[in-house]
Parts: sequence; C-alpha cells; structure tokens
Amino acid sequence: MALPALPQPDMPAPQPVEDTKVNGLRPAGEWAAPVLRGTSGETGDRIFKFAMLVCGVAVLAMLVLIVYELVLRSGPSWHAFGFKFFAGHDWDPVNEQFGALPFIYGTLVSSLLALIIAVPLSVGVAVFTTEMCPKVFRGPLSFFVELLAAIPSVVYGLWAIFVLVPILSNYVQPFLARTLGWTGFFDGPPYGISMLAAGIILAIMIIPIISSITREVLMVVPQHQREAALALGATRWEMIRVGVLRNARAGIMGGIILGLGRALGETMAVTMVIGNRPEIAKSLFAPGYTMASVLANEFSEATGDVYLSALIEIGLALFLVTIVVNALARLLVWTVTRGQPSRANA
Amino acid sequence: MPDTGNASALHAVPPIALRRRITDHVMTGVAMLTVVLVLVPLFAIFTYLVYRGIGSINWAFLTQTPKPVGEAGGGMANAIVGSAFILGLASILGVPVGVGAGIYLAEYGRNRFGDAIRFTADVLNGVPSIVIGIVAYAIVVLTQKHFSALAGGVALAIMMIPTITRTTEEMLLLVPQALREAAYGLGIPRWRTTLSITLRTATSGVITGIMLAFARVAGETAPLLFTAFGNQFWNLRANQPTAALPLQIFTYAISPYDEWHRQAWAGALVLIILIVTAVAAVRFAVRRGTFGAA
Repeated sequence: MALPALPQPDMPAPQPVEDTKVNGLRPAGEWAAPVLRGTSGETGDRIFKFAMLVCGVAVLAMLVLIVYELVLRSGPSWHAFGFKFFAGHDWDPVNEQFGALPFIYGTLVSSLLALIIAVPLSVGVAVFTTEMCPKVFRGPLSFFVELLAAIPSVVYGLWAIFVLVPILSNYVQPFLARTLGWTGFFDGPPYGISMLAAGIILAIMIIPIISSITREVLMVVPQHQREAALALGATRWEMIRVGVLRNARAGIMGGIILGLGRALGETMAVTMVIGNRPEIAKSLFAPGYTMASVLANEFSEATGDVYLSALIEIGLALFLVTIVVNALARLLVWTVTRGQPSRANA
Repeated sequence: MPDTGNASALHAVPPIALRRRITDHVMTGVAMLTVVLVLVPLFAIFTYLVYRGIGSINWAFLTQTPKPVGEAGGGMANAIVGSAFILGLASILGVPVGVGAGIYLAEYGRNRFGDAIRFTADVLNGVPSIVIGIVAYAIVVLTQKHFSALAGGVALAIMMIPTITRTTEEMLLLVPQALREAAYGLGIPRWRTTLSITLRTATSGVITGIMLAFARVAGETAPLLFTAFGNQFWNLRANQPTAALPLQIFTYAISPYDEWHRQAWAGALVLIILIVTAVAAVRFAVRRGTFGAA
C-alpha cells in the first residue's frame, strides 16, 4: 500500500481566514483539502454534504409546510367571513356563524395580566441573582427558577385547578372585591375559575423565561459601568438603576416580549382554569376563553368544513402573532448580548 | 499599595444621605421578596405533587388500564406505554433530522443560507405547540383518515427538531478546529472526520441537547389532543389512536370524579419522575460510554 501522495499543486491552498467571529474558530469549509483525490473520500463527502443539506432544508420546509397548511385549510372560513371574522362576537357552530373577537380579547387580556404580574417579579429575581446575592447561591437560585420551566403545562393546570383556584375563590377574590371592587375589574361572584386565575398561572409559567434572559442581559453589562457608578458615590441600588438596568433596557424588553410570545400560545394550563366561555367581560373574575383554548376544546369535535376552517384560521392568527412577537424579541436580545461586548472591545 | 482606604480619604467623601441609604435597603428587601414570591409556587407545586401523588401510585396504577367511570381502581399503564411509544416515534423521526441539520449548520453553514436555517429554527421554537398539532392533524390525520400515534409522533418531532439543531450546532462549534485539521492531515475524508472525530468528540453535548428537547416534548399535551387523541385500551400500532400520559392527566383533571383526580395527581408525579429518570439515565450512559468526552 502506497502512502497517500503529497498534496498536488492544483489543490486549493488553504485560504487566509478572515471570519473568526465564532469563538475564534475557523470555518471548516475552507480547510477541507481532499487529500485522497479521486478516491472514495470525495464521493463520500458529496453524499454526506447532500444528506446534511437535506436535513437543513427540512428545517426550512417545516416552516413553509406550517404556513402552507394553515393558509390552505383556513380558506373556507376566510372566504365566508373575511376580516369580519376578527371583529365578530358570535361563536355559534350550530348556525355556522364564527367571530373570533372574544378569543382574541381573552388571549390578550390573560397574557397582559401575566406580564403585569411576571415582569416585576422576574426582573427582581434577575437583579437579585446577578447583583445582590452571594456568589455561592447564584447557581442554585437560577437552577430553582429554571426548574419552573421544566414542569409540563398540564401539571401547572392540575395544580391550578386544585390549589390555586380554591385559594383565589376563598381568600384573594373576596379581598380584591372588598378593596378594589369599585374599579369594576374585580366584581362578580368569586368562583375562582376566571381570567384572573389564567393570568396568574401564566405568570408563574413565564417567569423563568423572562428572568433567565434578563439575567443573561444583566451579565453582559460591562463591569466598568458598575464601577463608574460606585466611584461617583452611588449606593448599590443607585448603581443597579443607573449603571445596570438602564444599560440593559433593550435586552430586558426582549426577554419580556419572549415571555409574551410564550403566554400567547400557552394552551393547557389556561384551558383548565379560564372557564372557557366566549364572552367579553370587564371583570377579571368572569370566565373567558383564549385562542389556544378554543382550539384545544373544540378542534377534535368540530363538524363541518367551515367550523374546522374557522378554528384553523384562529390557529393561523395565533401563529402569525407569535412569529412577529418572537422575531422582535430575538432581534432585541441578539443586539444586546452580541452587540454589547464587541462594542466594549472596540 | 494604593492608599484609598485610609481615614482622610474616607472623610473627603460626603456621607451618603439617609434617604438614599434607606432606599437602598428597601430595594434590596424588595428584590429578596420577589425571589421568595417566585420560589413559593415552585415548592408548592412540588410538595403538593409528591403529597397527592405518592399515596395514589400503586401496583394497579402502573399495570392496569383505566376502569370505566364509577369503578374504583384501574391505572394508566396503557398511557405510560403509549407515551413512551409516541416519544419513541418522535425521536426516530426528529433526532436524525435535527442532528443532521445541526451538522450542516456547523460544518457547511457559515453563510446566508445557514443564517436562514438558523433563524427559521429559532422561529419554529416559538410556534405554539397547539398550532403544531393542527399541522400534524392536517398532514397525517387527514391523510390517514383517523387519529394515530404516528400523527402524535410527527407533531412532537416537529417540536424537537429546532432545539436539537441549534444545540448540536453549538456543541460541534466547540470542538477545536485543530482536531479536524489533524484528521484531514491523516488523509481522512471530511465526512469521516465529521462523524468519527467532530461528532464523536461532541457526543455528550449533543445528547444533552437531545434530552433537553425530549424533556420539553415529553410533557406536551396540546399537540396530542387531536393527533394521538387518547385511548382507553392498549395500543401499539402506529396508525391507531393511542393513550398518552399528559392526555390522560388532562382528561382526569377536568373530570368531576374524585377517583380520577387522585389518578391525575399520580399520573403527574409519574410523568415528572419518568422525564427526570430518562434524562438522567441517558446522561449517565453517555458519561460512562465515551471516554474523554464526558
């Protein structure tokens, strides 16, 4: 057996590499000099690259497929109702009249309620873990908070039905009705099952997302910002407010929007506690319905093409909203976690 | 040594106003309070889960199929096996594609096309699981004309792929370029290098990513509602409706029967234990199996 021949002169010489942005690693492509030219190596490489390309294209294809199926199958409903679909109040499968407004309202209100509760808590936790707590506790604390993200949605729902809802109806709702009932947001019978319950369980579910992204963003705030604030005589809180939070605004916003995206699409836990009534009520004690829950409850029982396609159109709307929300959030988080260090180095 | 710590330097700094110091303490207290408020539900959920679940797990629960309404006893054995079956299908479909796409991104994807795939994967990660369920329904259920384990597997696979793709890419990029160069220097073809050197070195990380994706979809209920659909009996055929643990928990939780509530708690505990054990077992096996990669 002869040893492999020395590289032939016509072989592409290794290029000087300019792109070192990925941990200083060089892109693999430019170094792949096929030493065994003409042997099985080259054919193998072509086949392998093609197979991997197919997998990569599959990822793109999945998104295209999702859009295609949703658009195609929501057609009948779109033709029947047009834009009125999103403004109509009536959800009447028997007479085939479909309006999605109560679901859109329920999704928006429950998600906003979740944000109102979750944002201060998550930012507080992130600030505490990065700026205040002793280094020893940082790891365990973030581990515990992220453990919340590992609990399946249906288990949250189970806990909410049997623990959260009774607490709400026995203690929290009577208290809110007494103190804030005059606002109109907190009146009506305290059944527990309500928009309020949905908002609270959603808040618990999105806290880990918002707080872990906020923590990441706070950690890339350059240390000299903190030092500068302290050197000017700031107390620790003033340092956090002026030197840290102000610098991390965009990234925290990204985390919040990512949490919003999750809340909008969350299905099971909400379906189990929101009451599933397609009505628009001012009071948070009243039951509601969300876009995701109506899909969960009615999809497998939908009879008739228009009914099914009306449900799929709700799915399409939900999909489009979450895509926009997520893209926005990714963009914000990327600009902060990637842009900041390089600007600090420059 | 700098002498910033001596007494005269300290006196030069004006004393911090009382109000500012109080604000500082108050805000520290507020931050601590938020931590407590966030950890309370976590511990409440886990203690309640163990407290309600432990008493309800027994031999019958783990070995029998559900009894009709009103009869005591019965269990979720078919749902446990059904879940494993659906997750198995999802892994068979999702893992090769996810890892392959990850390899493509890491080894060939440093370009616009690669960026497009990367962005798509991130976007797919944010698509609500119920929407994925609709798509699996449209693709599989409508073609087969009935609900099936395969449809559930497809839905879960679509959810696994983006996560696996991105973690595999990250793990492969961590492998030092020198290792690849050493392999090329020995005349090993590139595909062999990628599989036997790069992927092998990153095995432990790649598997961790797969397990993350697995754990994420194992508890998913929404995409199974109208794909796998659920079943009161045993089923291990891919083209038939199949029971799944999360589905069973959902059905029992919203039912009006105490006996079913009890079983829902037991099911939830079993679900979490199974997820944790599966993840731990695979990670342990990977540590033991590949030398130098752990």
